Amino acid sequence: MVPNYTFHRLKILMVFAACLAGFAVLAGRLGYLMIARSAHYTSLAQELHERERSIKAARGRILDRNGTVIADNRTVCTVSVIHSQITEPERVIEVLSESLGLSRDEVREKVEKISSREVIRSNVDKEVGDAIRLENLSGVKVDEDYKRYYPFGSLASHVLGFTGGDNQGVVGLEVRYEEYLKGENGTILTQTDARGIEIDSAAENRIEPVDGWDLTLSLDVNIQKYAEQAAQKVMEQKNAKQVSIIIMNPENGELLAMVNVPEFDLNNPFTLEAGEDLSQEEYQRLLNQMWRNPCVSDTYEPGSTFKIITAAAGLEEGAVTLEDSFYCPGYRIVEDRRIHCHKVAGHGSETFLEGAMNSCNPVFIEVGLRLGVETMYEYFGQFGLLERTGVDLPGEAGTIMHKKDAMGEVELATVSFGQSFQITPLQLITTAASIINGGTRVTPHFGMEVRNARGDVVKKLSWETGGRILSEETSETMRYILEKVVAEGTGNRAYLEGYRIGGKTATSEKLPRSENKYISSFLGFAPADDPQVIALITIDEPEGTYYGGTIAAPVIAEIFDNILPYLGIDEG
Amino acid sequence: MAEKSVNQGAVKRKSRKRFYDYSLLAVIIFLCCFGLVMVYSSSSYAAQINTGDSLFYLKKQAVALILGFVCMFLVSRIDYHKYKKLAVLGYVLALILMILVNFTPLGIEYNGKKRWFGIGSTSLFQAAEAVKVALILSMAALINRFSKKIDLWKAQILLVAIEAPLILLVTDNNLSSGIILLGIVFVMLFVASRKKLRFFAAVGIVAAIAILVTVFSDKLIELHILEEYQLERILVWKDPSAYALEGGHQVLQGLYAIGSGGLFGKGLGASMQKLGFVPEAQNDMVFSIICEELGLFGAVCVILLFLFMIWRFVVIANNAPDLFGSMLVVGVMAHIALQVILNIAVVTNTIPNTGITLPFISYGGTSVVFLMIEMGAALSVSRSIRYER
Repeated sequence: MVPNYTFHRLKILMVFAACLAGFAVLAGRLGYLMIARSAHYTSLAQELHERERSIKAARGRILDRNGTVIADNRTVCTVSVIHSQITEPERVIEVLSESLGLSRDEVREKVEKISSREVIRSNVDKEVGDAIRLENLSGVKVDEDYKRYYPFGSLASHVLGFTGGDNQGVVGLEVRYEEYLKGENGTILTQTDARGIEIDSAAENRIEPVDGWDLTLSLDVNIQKYAEQAAQKVMEQKNAKQVSIIIMNPENGELLAMVNVPEFDLNNPFTLEAGEDLSQEEYQRLLNQMWRNPCVSDTYEPGSTFKIITAAAGLEEGAVTLEDSFYCPGYRIVEDRRIHCHKVAGHGSETFLEGAMNSCNPVFIEVGLRLGVETMYEYFGQFGLLERTGVDLPGEAGTIMHKKDAMGEVELATVSFGQSFQITPLQLITTAASIINGGTRVTPHFGMEVRNARGDVVKKLSWETGGRILSEETSETMRYILEKVVAEGTGNRAYLEGYRIGGKTATSEKLPRSENKYISSFLGFAPADDPQVIALITIDEPEGTYYGGTIAAPVIAEIFDNILPYLGIDEG
Repeated sequence: MAEKSVNQGAVKRKSRKRFYDYSLLAVIIFLCCFGLVMVYSSSSYAAQINTGDSLFYLKKQAVALILGFVCMFLVSRIDYHKYKKLAVLGYVLALILMILVNFTPLGIEYNGKKRWFGIGSTSLFQAAEAVKVALILSMAALINRFSKKIDLWKAQILLVAIEAPLILLVTDNNLSSGIILLGIVFVMLFVASRKKLRFFAAVGIVAAIAILVTVFSDKLIELHILEEYQLERILVWKDPSAYALEGGHQVLQGLYAIGSGGLFGKGLGASMQKLGFVPEAQNDMVFSIICEELGLFGAVCVILLFLFMIWRFVVIANNAPDLFGSMLVVGVMAHIALQVILNIAVVTNTIPNTGITLPFISYGGTSVVFLMIEMGAALSVSRSIRYER
């Protein structure tokens, strides 16, 4: 037996010492990795494990002045399959094809396709989505999403606008109030394994979404509906291209209704009636045309309704009084031009009041000439005609007016009765409202207030009013004249038994004049002594009779007949 | 220290107390149980996905462990002197085994490496693990046989030459096991010999080569001195994140696991990196999961357990009644120490990656059974220690 010597023991201790040294080095290395480098590797590992998923915020709703919801959100589901997680393909195909109403082959193709995620169908009703989820099929994902939903379909489509695929406003108020409506998306940070599958037990790091704020409008759904029906009716009767109606509170600029028929379906804003074989550009052009709001984006020659402005300027300046007498031979020669009155035989001798009631062009040419270019232009500026109205709708067009330097007598004469320049219908009604409301310029608007999801008012929208543009007396005189126009003059078709209505008709010839196409319009307000509501209708290219007094005035009368009692405006 | 009086025929009956190293037994049992827990923790998720049974690896490991304990018990009950006679047989069997594995269909290939011995498609065990036991036994017997001349160059070279065929056959398919075998031979010779300088010189030369290869790795690529995959390991080791998609993936994921453990870890079972990020987390990389779940604290505890185990080997080897017993334990000690140090060094990216398992803890039936046989041998030696009151 060979014994164990002392040097063996020493050597063994040396080996142990070497092990100790080795372990010490490794412990040091571990300490470095797990203390000094811990934050570094932890963040790298977290980056590797975490997946970010966004939670959509519900977009704020849009309500009318009475609290009726006119733009809402609907929960819809997206059903998709994850190939690698499907365990029972046949049952998946059966359930999905049945509940989603798709052919088995169509579903089978997607189920058997090797991809990370295949969408079977989006925009599925919540009930259907819930039912599929209850089937507990592995590999089938049902994700909820919000989709903008307009309960009234096409109601006030040009005003409201709609949202695009990512729930972002595309046109109309949806764009204008995007910052309040959109809310803030939240995120879920989940942990996943190496295959990207979420770990159920892992704590979610969740940032809650902030829902968008609700917007209350001055629009009244009932008035809007009624105005739309009336517009639709007259458009069909007169086979017109398009009919617009604006109804406003002249005292503060609150818009109660804005109609542009034909309206479009807000729930399907990309559907055109024109058919499908269109080029991409043509398709886009037609869509843009369909979405366009003519009340604010299109300008036209206002024609005789503009005489309100000429009269107001003349009266305010003292260039004319109600009793001033005029003579109309059926035309008026300005410089070398002979400008006709609409009544070729002439109105003969008449006072200014009678001239206004007759809508006599030579009378207003005379008033315009008396004012002169300088003064007329000053009043345009004072009335706010040269600027935009500042309405809370996107795409407002400006006024197209002669430059002051380029405005001669002829131009001045034509401008006086509403020709040779263009303004938007909204500009006309706003200016008229400011003239008859006692002389304060108002800013037309829809937005009233913004509330958060709990219903607290977050922001009251304030609109500039109060800039005096006209004396109280002149305003009163204008109301008197315009009431006379309806009671006894060209606007008599707007007369409504029991109510005091003021108004002015117009028939504008579209350019080029040779085509004989017209825009018939009527601007009316009530009660004439204390206007609570003002309305403007424009009928684009009516067929047959095209006089504003004949076809446009009765429409406003009909609307007033219904909405005045509704607004609580008593018979006077 | 517990004492026990045994009345066995092989040992002379006297008033002397016999020693049994219960401390070592306790560490072994603790490490094995801890290993089971960690195998379950690191493998259950992947097992559930791949086999549908989260207990898949745990069950196999538990069966191997029970077999291992039986082996350990039997081996420890037999007087280790009887093993001396088995040394030649063991050596020859190991040689035959390696030849069969390397050159016949009885060797089964996994991932391009023929490491398993088996028949047909049933693989039985990893040949290298068996060779380790045979090598320790044969080295102990040889040192015992040549103890008088062991300081001579001739004798030392002869011993290395005798073991060389085994080592080379293993290295052919399993570089890391070859390194371990060579290390065991080296440590056993070092302890057996009075000489020191030559061993220190050898360590110095290996260290110098390692440093040179590391520093001049770029030059070596140009000159084609090392094989490409061997050099790649060094390049990956230098900057694992630069090779994140190739060789560096495993190491980098291990570092993520270790680093995200922090001081006290995420808690047992709470590792994220075991969810498929660290490939086969229950194997070589299990220590990184220990770090992630139990933190620096747990990792140091594991290291201290191994250190204590090695210290018990030191105590047994130093008190062994003869050189053969001492050398047996030294071999076992060298084996455990080398494997633990190399494994942790690889996992922490202290040295280039090479596949070495962590004894008792990493998943692997063969490894655990043969380790337990070695433990049985060490316990057997401990039993023969006698001391007087």
